[in-house]
Amino acid sequence: MRTLAPFGRRLARVAAVERVGRYALLWAEDADGPADPRPGQFYMLAAEAHWGAGADERPWLPRAFSFCRVEGGRIGFILEDVGPGTHRLAQLAAGDGLWLTGPLGIGFAPPDAGRPLLVGGGIGVAPIVCWCDELGSDARVLLGFRSAGHAEAASLFRGEVALATDDGSVGRRAYVTELLREELDADPAATVYACGPPPMLEAVRALCAERGARAQLAMESGMACGFGACFGCVVPTRNGYVRLCVDGPVVDAGELETALVPGSGH
Amino acid sequence: MPGPAIELCGVALRGPVLNGSGTFDAIAARRTFGDQVLERFPFDAFVSKTITLAPRQGNPPPRLWETASGLINSIGLPNKGLEGFLAADLPELAALPVPLVVSVMGFSHDELAELVARVGERDEVAMIELNVSCPNVETGLVMGADPAETARAVERTRPLTDKPLIVKLTPNASEPQAVAAAAETAGADAVSLINTLKGMALHPRTRAAWLGGGSGGVSGPAVRAIALEQVYTVARAVEIAVIGMGGIQTGRHAADFLAAGAAAVAVGTESFRDPAAGRRVADELAVILASERGLSEAQNTPAGTRGQA
Repeated sequence: MRTLAPFGRRLARVAAVERVGRYALLWAEDADGPADPRPGQFYMLAAEAHWGAGADERPWLPRAFSFCRVEGGRIGFILEDVGPGTHRLAQLAAGDGLWLTGPLGIGFAPPDAGRPLLVGGGIGVAPIVCWCDELGSDARVLLGFRSAGHAEAASLFRGEVALATDDGSVGRRAYVTELLREELDADPAATVYACGPPPMLEAVRALCAERGARAQLAMESGMACGFGACFGCVVPTRNGYVRLCVDGPVVDAGELETALVPGSGH
Repeated sequence: MPGPAIELCGVALRGPVLNGSGTFDAIAARRTFGDQVLERFPFDAFVSKTITLAPRQGNPPPRLWETASGLINSIGLPNKGLEGFLAADLPELAALPVPLVVSVMGFSHDELAELVARVGERDEVAMIELNVSCPNVETGLVMGADPAETARAVERTRPLTDKPLIVKLTPNASEPQAVAAAAETAGADAVSLINTLKGMALHPRTRAAWLGGGSGGVSGPAVRAIALEQVYTVARAVEIAVIGMGGIQTGRHAADFLAAGAAAVAVGTESFRDPAAGRRVADELAVILASERGLSEAQNTPAGTRGQA
């Protein structure tokens, strides 16, 4: 499931930046981009100004983000200030320039059968939001966060969600995979869609493998280009290394021996 | 603005901007961007990713590290191997609107010879680039780091094809100009430089080597000054064409490399920041060259006629 991207990066304008708990929701006016990116596809983002001029002369390369929602000609991305790239992007305000390339990669594929079970962890809820919008009320959404501040991102979902937090400050004190285990107990034929930190994805992968459940994982790996040029973002699969930017970022869990990607989440 | 058209090793090109090998995958780009890639192809000739005789998986991840104004990569030449390339990739690359340069690397002179002979017999291929930045398993020497070793590689492959041979020089040689001169004497038609400079990064917490391959190659604007000096020095040591690259991001940078003696330039890492960067650099370069040409024509006009229509 892939929507083609306009060739080359394009300059968009930041329309608004909303605070969602511990995250920032960056909305861009992307008049030159397609209106129908597929949930799970991603964009390469870079600020127009002061990109390459920060501490240590980073960031320099664009950064990859799954889009969270397209609404009224605007496209939304969820950010958390964790490194030089996200720090710069988190400083952007309405009217600032934002370089965009995308949509890139392959998004989620609809379920062949069974109810969709959507699992999001932390900032990984981004592609789950638009995938849930598309699947509608048939989808069951399970979310995990570190704390109540992060869990405010659950408000992005229009319907009911089940929540777990590491510290129990909101929802159940548990990992989201515990909620998934119970759902799979009740509905073993469900198709699982997940995005989140590598340890969560690996737990989802292992659980689904154990239960024989189909699962699609939206993964992350350090990228330079986002369109297959640099061969830097490979992840090991049963068929060798694959480039996450062109053969992912959504990967069939059955292709993986592990969802832990070396170097991710450092 | 098109052009200026050039001739590189006897091959007509619509302009002087190539891609660095391994920095643009035209086939993957077509999957991502569709036929716009062909309609607005960013380069005036396309240089393939390096192919080897046998298929290679490449190095274990992580393969990338963003450094100050640049990138360290340790990709490890993943490719389908000669047979896979000829069967699967060559037909697709032949559909590109520009001449095709195929980059090859052999781990012995026999391997290199087979690659050059087999690639050279294909009509779709306009030129062959020898990536000599690898150790010769027979001698343990990095071919491109040693003039005599480079000369032997070119001497062995030169009789095997009529196609122009470009030797991609490594900057990790004590005297790249000596390697270039050896390549020229042995029959190379052009040299291209620079390949990446050796570099490494440490894990922020464990302080172990970050890259799965241990060390890697540095590219991007961080290396541009080094590249410009090497291009300048090499261009004065050889008569054959020099293809200059290393951190080129703008038409101004490209014009600098041409002024340093390059016949053509290549855009590499900048394509990672913008897939269409090559086209932008070419457009900016064309404007600069046209304006400088206009300036030089004006200066050459006899004083008495200056200012007349």
